[in-house]
Amino acid sequence: MTRDLDLLLPSPHPVELIDPTGQTVAEATRDLPDDAALLRAFAGLTTARRINDQASALARQGRLAVYPSSHGQEACQVAAAQVLTDDDWLFPTYRDTAAVVLRGVDVAEAFLPLQGAWHSGYDPHEHKTAPQATPLATQLLHAVGVAHAARLRGEPTVALALCGDGATSEGDFHEALNFAAVFRAPVVFLVQNNQYAISVPLARQSVAPSLAHKGIGYGVPGERVDGNDVAALLAVLGAAMTRARAGEGPQLVEAHTYRMQPHTNADDSRRYRQDDEVAGWAQRDPLARLETWLRQHDLLDDAGLAAVTADADQLAARMRTELSRDATPEPAELFAHVYATPTPQLVEQAAVVADELSREDAR
Amino acid sequence: MTSTQTTSTRPAESGGHVKLTMAQALNRALRESMAADDSVVVFGEDVGALGGVFRITDGLTAEFGDTRCFDTPLAESGIVGMAIGMAMNGMRPVVEMQFDAFAYPAFEQITSHVAKMRNRTRGKVSLPMVIRIPYAGGIGGVEHHCDSSEAYYAHTPGLHVVTPSNAADAHRLLRAAIASPDPVVFMEPKKLYWTKEEVDLGAELPGIGRAMIRREGTDATLIAYGPSVPVALEAAEVAAQEGRSLQVVDLRSIVPFDDETVCAAVRSTGRAVVVAEAPGFASVASEIVARVTERCFHSLAAPVRRAVGFDIPFPAPKLEHLQLPGVDRVLDAVDDLQWDLS
Repeated sequence: MTRDLDLLLPSPHPVELIDPTGQTVAEATRDLPDDAALLRAFAGLTTARRINDQASALARQGRLAVYPSSHGQEACQVAAAQVLTDDDWLFPTYRDTAAVVLRGVDVAEAFLPLQGAWHSGYDPHEHKTAPQATPLATQLLHAVGVAHAARLRGEPTVALALCGDGATSEGDFHEALNFAAVFRAPVVFLVQNNQYAISVPLARQSVAPSLAHKGIGYGVPGERVDGNDVAALLAVLGAAMTRARAGEGPQLVEAHTYRMQPHTNADDSRRYRQDDEVAGWAQRDPLARLETWLRQHDLLDDAGLAAVTADADQLAARMRTELSRDATPEPAELFAHVYATPTPQLVEQAAVVADELSREDAR
Repeated sequence: MTSTQTTSTRPAESGGHVKLTMAQALNRALRESMAADDSVVVFGEDVGALGGVFRITDGLTAEFGDTRCFDTPLAESGIVGMAIGMAMNGMRPVVEMQFDAFAYPAFEQITSHVAKMRNRTRGKVSLPMVIRIPYAGGIGGVEHHCDSSEAYYAHTPGLHVVTPSNAADAHRLLRAAIASPDPVVFMEPKKLYWTKEEVDLGAELPGIGRAMIRREGTDATLIAYGPSVPVALEAAEVAAQEGRSLQVVDLRSIVPFDDETVCAAVRSTGRAVVVAEAPGFASVASEIVARVTERCFHSLAAPVRRAVGFDIPFPAPKLEHLQLPGVDRVLDAVDDLQWDLS
């Protein structure tokens, strides 16, 4: 089946509905989301920003082993969580903890891996949210499988799979797009292009016209969006989800954003980028521009802002309490989840650990 | 789990004693599993209209439709990665890697995700899926078509690794693998695909995790699996003519490993040789020697020996007979078991 190239090409410029100064874009190609959606997104952005900054503080205090902050690029995660229904699946990466919490996962469970207590802390089936992926792009194929299984059963599920710009160089990114296209699987791929894969800038990942253009080779339509404009993200992702749900196949969305902070608290980003570049992107902050727009349209006042901030404060307080607890599982759990039934060898090995611990206790 | 569950309309295959090749036995197991459970889906390269390059999936698309057995793009990581997602979402995928060495592009998906999903989610997500891999030598295959790759998978916690040595086990073990709540790497010795034998499909056979004694013997124990079991049996036959009684243990399941059966067998004879095609260094055979030595040291009359492949890349077809352990290499190892000291 050949497809018309025009239908696959992303728009010439990233879709933007609210500009960095908080003004409505005049020649916008898509409708603005409704007021309720934008107010919900503002609350989501406020929460996500607070999660980032609280988690970074906890990492500095040593209460989290590490934290890969998404400060400044929260709009992508907020929009991702917001366009999902209860039937849909989210496939987040390690930097998408805010999206996981916005999907409904308790902070104590979401942050368990960052406490160093277990590799994943929540029940993926309960929240239809896959474990956060640390290897790059592997989870995109899992999203294709979840979506394909749902489609075979006639269920309305769409899988929304997140990855970064670096992940688009991995083979699994290409295999996922190709499989999704061939099987017409209801998957939306959201590439959060934050310009850096740890220290390596986008120019070293790809010389394609854009990352969204990479869909063309697979017959997957691509779209580019201002990744710091949550209104544009809601419009573009929402349309892609609707299209996938209607059986029209996968879509690739590239969101242009910027990682304002180092890769993690263990990284030193001054070794590979200039302060003025960071300062330029500070002018494009997703939270500030939506607040300006909402105030100008009389949808937000000081009281409204205080209410949203209070909710975020409450969550941050809960993070401080929950993440100060020792959540380390019982040692026996090391052997409990390797197989449905432990092998005889694992039963023996669990006894070895129990014995070692009992002798430690006796000392 | 017996043949009575099959919906097959072919009377010759409706149960009881039938003559089958291993390839036909595997095909039967797939058909029966698909008929018994709608969530079982089969996919991979060339598995649809062609029925697989070894014809293991022959007729499945015709019988069950192309949503139950289907061809995929040619990308092994994609195949296994998609199977993971389908298994997360209520299906029981059975995927085919076309050849042993062609499974390597899927290695990350297998080791980082298939093997670890249950553990990283603290038991919340299980992956009931089977990765079928035709493996090992003996068919004169060209480069990259004949690796003995079982150690890579056996070394990875979270995977079951199963390998049949005959048609009856192929049928029984594949049905058990598909029914397993855990992921199973199912390694099919391709040189045995066309070996025909009488199979009792109603027989109750031990499941995954149990070894079986294939031949009783009193002087020494040969421990083998998959393609090496017929070699061990032939060696035991030759030894018998020379007056030496060799017992043969067929592992069937590399993971979980049946220490109980293997160690009881070795203790009964006091001598053991491990037979395997794979290069011996850091291999499944090494692990067996270590386990047997640790557990049976005081019953042993001689060090446990190995009759295995050399530590070289798999040779070209005209040289492969030099790599694969044959009867002579097995019996030479048996001869080295310090008989003069007993």
